[in-house]
Amino acid sequence: MKMESATGAGAVPAHSEPRNPGMALDMGWVRSAQANTPAIERRAATLPGRRSVKKDHQAAWLLKAVTCIDLTTLSGDDTPGRVRRLCAKARAPVRIDLLDAMGMGPITVGAVCVYHDMIAPAVQALDGSGIPVAAVSTGFPAGLSPFHLRVAEIGESVAAGAAEIDIVISRRHVLTGDWQALYDEVRTFRAACGEAHLKAILATGELGSLRNVAKASLVAMMAGADFIKTSTGKESVNATLPVTLVMLRAIRAYHAATGFRVGYKPAGGISKAKDALVYLSMIKEELGDDWLSPHLFRFGASSLLGDIERQLEHHVTGAYSAAWRHPMG
Amino acid sequence: MSIAEIFATMSYGTAPESTAEARDWIAARDGRFGHFIDGGFTAPGDAFETVNPATGEVLATLTQATAGDVDAAVAAARAAQPAWEGLGGAGRARYLYALARLLQKHARLFAVLETMDNGKPIRESRDIDVPLAQRHFYYHAGMAQLMETELPGRRAVGVCGQIVPWNFPLLMLAWKIAPALAMGNTVVLKPAEWTSLTALLFADICQQASLPKGVVNIVTGDGAVGEMIVGAKVDKIAFTGSTEVGRRIRETTAGTGKRLTLELGGKSPYIVFEDADLDSAVEGLVDAIWFNQGQVCCAGSRLIVQESVADDFHARLKARMDKLRIGDPLDKSIDVGAMVAPEQLTRVAAMVDGCAGGLIHRAASPLPGTGCFYPPTLIEGLEPADPLMQEEIFGPVLVSTTFRTKAEAVQLANNTRYGLAATVWSENVNLALDIAPRLAAGVVWVNATNLFDAAAGFGGVRESGFGREGGWEGLSAYTRPAVEPAPLKVPAAGKTVAELSPGIDRTPKLYIGGKQARPDSGYVRAVHGAGGALLGHVGMGSRKDVRNAVEAAHAASGWASMSGHQRAQVLYYMAENLGARAGDFAGLLDAASGRGDGVSEVEATLDRLFTAAAWADKFDGRIAGVPLKGVALATRVPVGVLGILCPEEAPLLWMVTALASAMAMGNRVVLAACEGAPLVATEFYQVLDTSDVPGGVANILTGAQADLAPVMAAHLDVDAVWSFSAADLSGVVERASAGNLKRTWVNHGLATDWTDRDLRPFLEEATEVRTVWIPYGE
Repeated sequence: MKMESATGAGAVPAHSEPRNPGMALDMGWVRSAQANTPAIERRAATLPGRRSVKKDHQAAWLLKAVTCIDLTTLSGDDTPGRVRRLCAKARAPVRIDLLDAMGMGPITVGAVCVYHDMIAPAVQALDGSGIPVAAVSTGFPAGLSPFHLRVAEIGESVAAGAAEIDIVISRRHVLTGDWQALYDEVRTFRAACGEAHLKAILATGELGSLRNVAKASLVAMMAGADFIKTSTGKESVNATLPVTLVMLRAIRAYHAATGFRVGYKPAGGISKAKDALVYLSMIKEELGDDWLSPHLFRFGASSLLGDIERQLEHHVTGAYSAAWRHPMG
Repeated sequence: MSIAEIFATMSYGTAPESTAEARDWIAARDGRFGHFIDGGFTAPGDAFETVNPATGEVLATLTQATAGDVDAAVAAARAAQPAWEGLGGAGRARYLYALARLLQKHARLFAVLETMDNGKPIRESRDIDVPLAQRHFYYHAGMAQLMETELPGRRAVGVCGQIVPWNFPLLMLAWKIAPALAMGNTVVLKPAEWTSLTALLFADICQQASLPKGVVNIVTGDGAVGEMIVGAKVDKIAFTGSTEVGRRIRETTAGTGKRLTLELGGKSPYIVFEDADLDSAVEGLVDAIWFNQGQVCCAGSRLIVQESVADDFHARLKARMDKLRIGDPLDKSIDVGAMVAPEQLTRVAAMVDGCAGGLIHRAASPLPGTGCFYPPTLIEGLEPADPLMQEEIFGPVLVSTTFRTKAEAVQLANNTRYGLAATVWSENVNLALDIAPRLAAGVVWVNATNLFDAAAGFGGVRESGFGREGGWEGLSAYTRPAVEPAPLKVPAAGKTVAELSPGIDRTPKLYIGGKQARPDSGYVRAVHGAGGALLGHVGMGSRKDVRNAVEAAHAASGWASMSGHQRAQVLYYMAENLGARAGDFAGLLDAASGRGDGVSEVEATLDRLFTAAAWADKFDGRIAGVPLKGVALATRVPVGVLGILCPEEAPLLWMVTALASAMAMGNRVVLAACEGAPLVATEFYQVLDTSDVPGGVANILTGAQADLAPVMAAHLDVDAVWSFSAADLSGVVERASAGNLKRTWVNHGLATDWTDRDLRPFLEEATEVRTVWIPYGE
């Protein structure tokens, strides 16, 4: 497995792993994708009871979760000042005294995720940290602006310094079964990204079924997605364990078929340290240790970090913590 | 390991469950246990040790019961039974509710103790065994409450001897004790000698619940104690365990009048179609064969996967196996714990080592250095002819083979002596629901596996035993009709004359496959009327005639798949044709009996035919109220091929009552006519011939029932035998039935009330309840 240095982690680590180049759309494979909802729900429901991570292991796992967070602000009232505060938190997500007590060097989050107009202040604020800036794009969150503008938006965000582009797919292509259109769309977005990594947001809460999630996951990967991501955080249902299971299994199948590892990012609704542990154990079980790293796994979350900080302080002191003891982001 | 190192490796670490409370509980009893008899614990006697199979540590010493202990327990149960039954359902419901609550209050203690004693992962004892045991008591508290209104005319059987296995010690105890107590029975239960501790803890909570003394008695010890219970003065034996021991119990109890239910072994098929969600089907296998180290009677232990996806499926399966974590059962992150005892480990290892064919894959996970651990194992590419495809391994070993078509999948699935459970994976609802009813199994899971609940009947067909546990159908094992039957009157032989009365000679043959066939023996016997007059001759049926009739019955399997409506049409038609010849039959009956009640018997028979026809499309199953998004269908399926030995009383009425009830439910019948008035049966050929009864559905043999009964009962392709013979054949039938563990329904020398128009007792005997679980959701 890939061993990361415990210190100085944070930036997408240099890894020898090639990017997923995509492949021709394989409609036979897409059509044969199955997802049995009750069985998937059963697996998702029993996993937390099958894996329990305690004490030092729990602390280490929570620190790992921190390094996999895309610290996110996606609000209409975002300002450069707000983004600078977030970026400062991204550089130092856990209090240094707590890290010292745990024998850990400094860590950072996985990335900072913002709208296009906030890329510049974020890039500036993160300068030298190695933390990438991710931008939501392509008419986020609905993805219904003119196609050429969506493609152009990617180019502008990359030019502004975004190293990762979180695109939204056209849900209608899934709902109408137009897999070719979905493939072409993501393929075009991928080309527009250039060297920037593409995270394909499937908006799983709007796809109607887990079967559609499985198919959309495959098509996005065939079209060259570096990551597949559950949701924008704006749908009424965002990341769930059953959806995660379906997407992880699609990633596994794609890896088995092509040899390329695609990353996974659940977003929205993960706010508890305990939930983060379950996600990590699901990744470990379904995909393996290779994926337990920020270059293949991210949490899209804004309030998760606060809960993890409190759990870590509890681990160090034995006393339950309070939110105001940790610097806000 | 430092946090930084763990951060780098992302290992799980350990998450051990504390054993402190469980050890305190044992220590408070000085680590020595007697039996629980008449509300109190006896002094520890001749002792044996109970060991934690994961560590080899001796947990406690238990007492081997003596004959005197068993007698005392049975006597206590006998003494307590009338008052317990007399308490009434509502009164008993309060106690069952208290037991459920106490199981819940002490849930963690039960779970930890179970895992220490049995070796199963704490996750399973905590999340599955103990909650299901609680649920069983809650459910049956409700059954006790409802007994008087919902089961009128039924009462407790009496004292039940119950023997439970070591794989689900507490859960099997709950499955046995809850329904027994709910229906007003008292029990003497023996836990398996390897795993008695949770039964003794249960005895403890019986005291806490102030359960009346003697209602629950628990004796510990090995198989010898089980044999003592089987031989004791109990009214019923309920056994869960191996088919081998079940067969012995069947033989031992034959002819004693003790009721018997057996939940035995299995080699349950796990069918994966190409359109299944393969990843979910792989995960299902983890729950099927690596649940409880595969020591599960209904384990999906025979993988049958469609050739088109077999390679892909096996690759995914092996990858999944390598993720299983094996080790300390008390660790909350362990998937596979310890096998129950070194003997089992050795037995399983020997079976796998002795397997000549197939490719063996063992889970890559490391095994602990000591303790009874065996790696999850797959043996790929076996054929039905390989012994491990047929024999129950009862360990974490999956065998697999492939199929081409759905018909072949069903053939392979049913190519087994067992019939406990089956699993079908397909995303095509048409396919899944087409296959499910064709599988020889008491429980079928569609796109899921090992789902259990108190509201759904569980139990097998074929050599997996008989009787159901759970649901309404589970109660029949613990109740009997409130009306006491009278002893059977055996007709006395009178003097006879040797001359036929004048007329055209009619020599009926046997009726096999819709045609008259000469008896293989080439002999006939004389039939005399009540006054001794020679009425005619009938063929002497023998072994080969039974064989031919059973073959004909199997060939008529289409009868089972006809709709109830269609079967009703045939039964009504039989009534029409019998009615048209009512006078002939009345004359035959009068000649045989010397009484003048033939007309009324024919009239009653017509009424039975109408009743059976009425029921043909109305003996419905039900949807069990299980806690699941989905349905659990408790369906009534025909038992199959029935052998029926007719009584001497009411020759026409009885024969037709039994025949029509069996036919109405879709069974085929081989019937041995009564010996006193066989001409009534042979005359009935013409009714069958003229009523569109498909050949082979109803086969009628004449001759000596004492000759035919053992052949029928021993026949391995007969599914049930009913004996209402005037001859003392109950023991013969029950003993010979052990061969394939066929269901039996015998009179034990007691009379049946033929005036009773309620056919439901017949219909229940003519059907098996098959529970089909269908979770749904998209």
